[in-house]
Formats: sequence, structure tokens, C-alpha cells
Amino acid sequence: MAPADSPAARSAAGDVPLAVELRGITKRFPGVVANKDIELRVRRGEVHAIVGENGAGKSTLMKTLYGEHRPDEGEILVDGRPIHFRSPSDAIAAGIGMVHQHFMLADNFTVLENVILGSEPTKGGRLDRAGARRRIEEISERYNLGLRPDALVEDLGVGDRQRVEIAKVLYRDARILILDEPTAVLVPQEVDELFGNLAELKREGLTVIFISHKLDEVRRVADSITVIRRGTTVGTADPRTTTAKQLAELMVGAELPTPETRESTVRETPVLQLVGVSVTDGGQRPVVDDVTLTVREGEVVGIAGVEGNGQAELVDAIMGLRQLTAGSVLLGGEDVTAWSTRARRESGVGFIPEDRHRQGMLLDAPLWENRILGHQTRPPAVKGPFIDRRGARTDTARIMREYDVRAPGPDTLAVALSGGNQQKLIVGREMSARPRLLVAAHPTRGVDVGAQAVIWELLKDARAEGLGIVLISADLDELIGLSDTLHVMLRGRLVASLDPRRVTPEELGGHMTGARTTAGAA
Amino acid sequence: MNGLVRRVGLSLLGPVLAVLVALVISAVVIALIGQDPLEAFRVMTNLGDSPSQQVQSIVVILNRAVPLFLAGLAVAVAFRMGLFNIGVEGQYRMATILAAAVGAAVALPGPLHLLLIVVVAMVVGALWAGIVGVLKVTRGVSEVISSIMLNFIALGLASFLLTGPLRGSPPGASIVTTAEIPESGRVPSLNGLLTALGLAAPRSGLHGFLLVAVVVGVVVAVLLQRTRFGFDLRATGLSPSAATASGVDARGMVVKTMLISGGIAGLIGLPDLLGSQYDYGTEFTAGLGFLGIAVALLGRSTPIGIALAALLFAFLDRAALPLQFADIPSSVVTIIQGTIVLAVVIANEIARRLALRSAERAGAAAGPGPQTDGDDGAPPPRAPDGGQRVHTGVPGGQQGAQA
Repeated sequence: MAPADSPAARSAAGDVPLAVELRGITKRFPGVVANKDIELRVRRGEVHAIVGENGAGKSTLMKTLYGEHRPDEGEILVDGRPIHFRSPSDAIAAGIGMVHQHFMLADNFTVLENVILGSEPTKGGRLDRAGARRRIEEISERYNLGLRPDALVEDLGVGDRQRVEIAKVLYRDARILILDEPTAVLVPQEVDELFGNLAELKREGLTVIFISHKLDEVRRVADSITVIRRGTTVGTADPRTTTAKQLAELMVGAELPTPETRESTVRETPVLQLVGVSVTDGGQRPVVDDVTLTVREGEVVGIAGVEGNGQAELVDAIMGLRQLTAGSVLLGGEDVTAWSTRARRESGVGFIPEDRHRQGMLLDAPLWENRILGHQTRPPAVKGPFIDRRGARTDTARIMREYDVRAPGPDTLAVALSGGNQQKLIVGREMSARPRLLVAAHPTRGVDVGAQAVIWELLKDARAEGLGIVLISADLDELIGLSDTLHVMLRGRLVASLDPRRVTPEELGGHMTGARTTAGAA
Repeated sequence: MNGLVRRVGLSLLGPVLAVLVALVISAVVIALIGQDPLEAFRVMTNLGDSPSQQVQSIVVILNRAVPLFLAGLAVAVAFRMGLFNIGVEGQYRMATILAAAVGAAVALPGPLHLLLIVVVAMVVGALWAGIVGVLKVTRGVSEVISSIMLNFIALGLASFLLTGPLRGSPPGASIVTTAEIPESGRVPSLNGLLTALGLAAPRSGLHGFLLVAVVVGVVVAVLLQRTRFGFDLRATGLSPSAATASGVDARGMVVKTMLISGGIAGLIGLPDLLGSQYDYGTEFTAGLGFLGIAVALLGRSTPIGIALAALLFAFLDRAALPLQFADIPSSVVTIIQGTIVLAVVIANEIARRLALRSAERAGAAAGPGPQTDGDDGAPPPRAPDGGQRVHTGVPGGQQGAQA
């Protein structure tokens, strides 16, 4: 997208009041300063990107701006007037709307019902559907959103759902839209569509605040950029004159790591073989459909796919958390289909779960107990039927040292750690058991760039030593960079096998949505 | 070390706060019914004038505390795994009547006779609770519902057995009981120990079952805190999904935990049965199972906490009689106990938040810069069971994620 006709370019500073201005915003949480001296100046009618690592304080800042909590210090100005928000409804009244990263839609409602939910138009005490439909169609037309008011949301794809979220905000007369990591759930083609929509919004004079940590996207879409690091604004940048590398250095204060591994360490011996594995959701619908794949020693097998296409269920099947309806799972040539999760873990399967809070940790337990989790039957954490408290503590301290887990000590509660440190603990724990197969689902999700680099290094080292890895990720660069073999999963089936050395993220995205197909696959 | 002191302080904070709040509320209630709260408290804390009276009061308190402690343990074992065993009442009633009947029907040498009675009680309690576990894992029945319903069945069944096949008292007697357990099946009192310590011999005997209860408490503490099984159990209570992913067989754990909880519940009636009553009858101590829930809550599901809570409840129960002598309604005791339970639910939550905050502060002090986004919302909702989450859904069986 060319930034030629940008209104921001035309309006000289100070000429028109700024759409949003934050002065010296500081927000503290008990023991933590989440935002400190934030300075933000967003001109009217521009797409303004806010970039920063995970955990840099972007979301906290946006919650402040959307009235979800109040800043401890500093001023918020909207259209040049100082404003105090007590709740999101104040922010909405002031013309600020928020599109959340995780959609907040009722699946069993139609698009129209979802859009009007919470601000239903009434006529004589009854719901004015006709009026609502007129307005939604008008909004859809004006911003080129292509909404079908009567479609059920559960039938919509991710991109359509996002447009419904945007329509919800526009329906409430927002003039300033905050989009929180809007591209995190989209494949490249959908990202292009979203950017097209943003251009429409801009053309109509609306202001967009776009939060992201994907620098290429930000440079494509934004008119100006504010960078946040460690809770404070470290600078602004002009996307036309700044390179992605410069931005990244602003963002992390160091060079960006890359996930790439090029020298192949694949050996002959298979570690994991899936043969015709099928899994159904509670009823009859197959969520994993006849999946056959092999992971060899020293091989990273990447599985790409839009979330919800059966990857989570495939992981469950490998870990023994879900019954297969057909097929078998072989571990080092041995049929483990009927084995329990514990037996599989004991025989050398490590697991980095997709949702570490749900499956990987006991948040209310100290770190040393989390060291035991998943390794309840193996030393150093246990001695016979008893827990070896001292052994577990000592080994936790070792993991903290070797894997750079930053916490006061093994007795700290897991909940007190940041996401990156929790993830490093999990990776350290799983690696410490010297597994022969590692199932890693989104191993660097929600982790800051520093921890991401550490985790990538660990995976690479383990792979070189002969570990087989099943890698599931939504980060296409991570998948392409780390994998030796890359499969694409769509509606429960493996629809393509690609060479990660040649494939581009765009091609991969095409396969993930089913737009591209390889011979023999549907 | 400082951190340890702090944590212990925080864990004591909830219950102490709860007791204080309960005392204030009770004082207000006593004042409202036209009595002097200070006078009432004085009567309650007065254990007697002479040493022998005081020893007697303490024995009464201990004798009441032992079954309360066992009941609290039974409930707490299930709590720690995230199960609400409300059926302790029915479990101990079934266990006691059958143990009484078996004890009266057989004649064995002393220790064996006793052992048989204890084993029968534990097995019956475990089986009765096991029904709840099996229903939950096979049919997905909430353990809250099934254990409450089994309480009614147990009470009805016990009445039927007592008036029918297991009746031991002569026809026409005002109190219906089972046959009396012979001498060989009784637990001797610990009065010898008291006199050996130089204390005055009390009028009633100190239950010898006190020692059994102490052993059970130690065993449960070791089981929960030091064994792999206990780790699996607590992990399941903290996060069923994480426990399952770590290889815990959630279904098996439900059944095993209910069996242990029920086994302990089976012991609740034995101190009275083997120490003072020697038979099960219509007048047998009731309501211990429900009080056990309150005791477990107050004791935050830890054996030491439960012991303290059981002593407190027993102390309050003892005060009922002196209060009546002083013309103060003895329901004051019930009011205090009720408000303690309500207050402890709230105080535990406050203490939990404080502990969380202090943990976060500790984490932030060591961590680099700000914490992550999104972790700053309200803490996840907790069931009011002393900081453990109680899940009533069937573990496992997660639905697939939808796009």
C-alpha cells in the first residue's frame, strides 16, 4: 500500500488538534510499573502504529486509553480536550472504539444481532431490526466491509469475524479505532484485506491506532509509528524512512534473533510415526482426519495451519490426551496407541503445551512443584513413592540458572513470573528429562523477543543432539525457520507437504486457507 | 526465612480475621437479644473453678474435637483434589451402624476385635463415597448432587437397619440401639495418662481414639504433602487440565480420592462408638459430616489447621451448656459457628489476594522491568474453600477449540 495520499502528510502539526494525545501516562500495578511516562501523539485521520515486544506494556496502555482502568499519572486528550474515562462506555461516548485481539462475538447470533448487541435500537419499545439493518448496510457499503447481516457468526471465517468486530465499533459512532494485534489471527491474504479496510477507514477521516509487533506489516500500513520498550515510549518513527531493522533495534534495544537453522541434522531412525490417525470431536465430526506423518531423530516437523484446523487435537492424540477413532501412534517403532499419557511421557516424550496456564503449570504452586509436574515418576523430583523436595528444589534452581528463568527462587509461586519466564521454566523442565520426542505447541507464543531467541536456540541444540520435534506454531517465520519438514493442516487433514527452504510465508498462507492446493490433496 | 514467616502469617491471617469478625457479629447479636455479650463470652471461656472441673472441660472439648477433626480431614482430602464431598454425613452414619453391628456380632481377642471394627467402618465409608466417584467418572454426575442425595439414602437406610435387622435394644425401649459392643471391642480411655501427668481424673473418660486421630492426621499430612500420589491429587485440585497433561489419570484420581475421603469419614463415628456409647442408636451424634465442611474450610484444608479449627468448634460446643445455666440462649454458639464459616470464606479470599500480591511483588522485584500485559485483570474466580479451587465438572473431555 502506498502512503501517497495520507492526510497526515498534509496536516501540519498544531494546525488541527490531535485526535489522541497522551502526556506522561504512568500506570502501576502492585509491585510493577506497567507504563511509565508514556507520550503519544496521534494525528486525526492517520493509521498510527504502536509497536513493542510482548510484555512491553502495549495492552496496558490501550486499556488506559479505552477506559478499562485509570492511569496513576498523566493526561489523556481527545481532540485537544482533556478527558477522564471512568469506564469503556465513557470512551465509547468520546468516540473511541476497541477491536480486541480475541473476538467478543456470540457465535449463535447473526452478524446483525452481534453488531447491535448492547446498543439495540428500539422503536416503540421493540427492537428496530429494519433500522439496524439499514445502518449496518450503510456502514458496510461505506467502508467496504462486505457484511451479510443475516449470516450466523459461527459460519464466518476469521477475517469476516474481524470485520464484524470493526462494524460493531463503527456502529457506535467511533471516530478513533484501536486495533489490538489485529493480524495475529490472520493469514497473509486476510491481512491484505484488513489493510484494505483500514485504508477505507482512513479515507473517511477516521483515526486508527494499530497495535502490533510485526514490523513488516506496521511499515506497510502505518503513517507513523510509536515504539514502546519496557513500559515507556522510546521514540517515534516514520515508516517511509525507517527500515525494519532500525525499528527492531528501537523495539528491543538489540538485534533481532532469527529462528533459522539450515544445516540438516535429520537421521534415519524414526522417533514418532502417526499412521492414519483420526480423532472426532464429541460427536461424529472428524477434527483430525487420517493423518500420517513421521518424525525422525534430529528432525523438526512443522505443522502449519490456521488455528482450529485440528492441530490442538493432533497434539492431544500424540500425548494420549484424546482417544483415537482410527489409526495408531508409534514411538520409536513401538505401538503406544493404547498407552496412557504418563506412560508416554515416561518413555521420553516432552510436551510444551499450547496454553501454558491451562496445561503446563500450576499457577498457585511454587516453582519447584512445577518442576515435578509431568515428571512425577522420575528423579530428581521423586524417590520411590515420595516427593524429593530437596532434589526438586535443587534441580529447579539449576533450571533457573541454566535457562535464565528470572525469579527470586524455587519457592516463588509460578503466577508471579512473567510469561517468558514461565515458558523458559517449562522448556527447561521438559529438556531436563532428556526426551527423544518433543511436542512443542506454540513454544514462543506470548514470549518476549529475548526469551524467544533463547527458546529457539534450545530447540536447535536439542535437535542437533538427535531430538525429534513436532512443532506447531502460528508464527510462519518460526515454522519456516525451524522446520526440516513442513506439513499444512486444513480441516483436520494434512493437505500439503512443503520444503521450508523454498516456501514463502505468502505461499504457506495460501495453503493454510486452502487457496492453493498440491496435487492429490483437497 | 523471612518469606516463610510472611507466608505463615498470611495463611493464619484469614482464619484469625474470620474468628474476630464472627465474635464481633455475635456480640452484636447477643446485645440485640438483650444479653450482655461480655458476660456471655465470660461464661463461654470459663472452664470451671476447680482443677478437676477444668480437666473435665478440657476432656469434653477434646472428645468433641476428635470426631470433628476426622470429619474435617475427610472433607479436606476431597477439597484438595477439587471435589466437594458433602456426603461425609451419610458416609459416617452408614459406616458407624455397620461397624457397630459387626462389632457386636463377633467375639475376637481385644486388638483384633477393634481392628475389625475399624476396618469395617473404613471400608463401608469408602464404598459409600466410592459410589459418588464412580457416578462422576462414568456418568458425569456432579459429586455435590450425588453425595447430598446419598446422604438421604444413607440416613434412611440407617434408620431401616436400626429398627429392623440390626435392632439390639429390647422392644418398647424409648431409645432404639444396636446391640452393645463387648469389652474386647472398646477403646480404653486415656485417663490413666492424665493422672500420670498429675492432673485430676475427669468424670468422663478421654477418648483413646484421640491417638488414632493423631496418627490419621499425620498420615494424611504426609500423604498429601510428601508423596507422589499426594502431588497428583493436589495438582488435579489446582488445575485439572495441567494435571491431565502431566499424565495424571483424572478419572482414577476421582475414584481414589473419594475412597480415601470416605475411608476417613468412616472413622468419624468411632470415637463415640468405641469410647463412650458402645452402640449406635437414634441418639447417636449427628451432623458431624456437615460440621466437618466448616472445620475444613476454617482449617484451610491442612491437617494442622483442621486440628485447630476442630478444637475451636469443640470449645464452642462445650460452651452451650454453661450458657444455658447462665440463662443465655445456647444458640449463641450456633450463631458464632455460622458467622465464622461465612467470615472465613471472605477472609480466605482476602488473604489469598494478599498472598498473590506479595508473590507478584516478589516476582517483579526479580524480573526484568514490567510484567506482561494482560496479567493485570481481576484474579480468577475461586470457590470459597480455603484457596483451593473446587471444580465440579468431570475432568478430561475437553471440547475441541473452534476457530
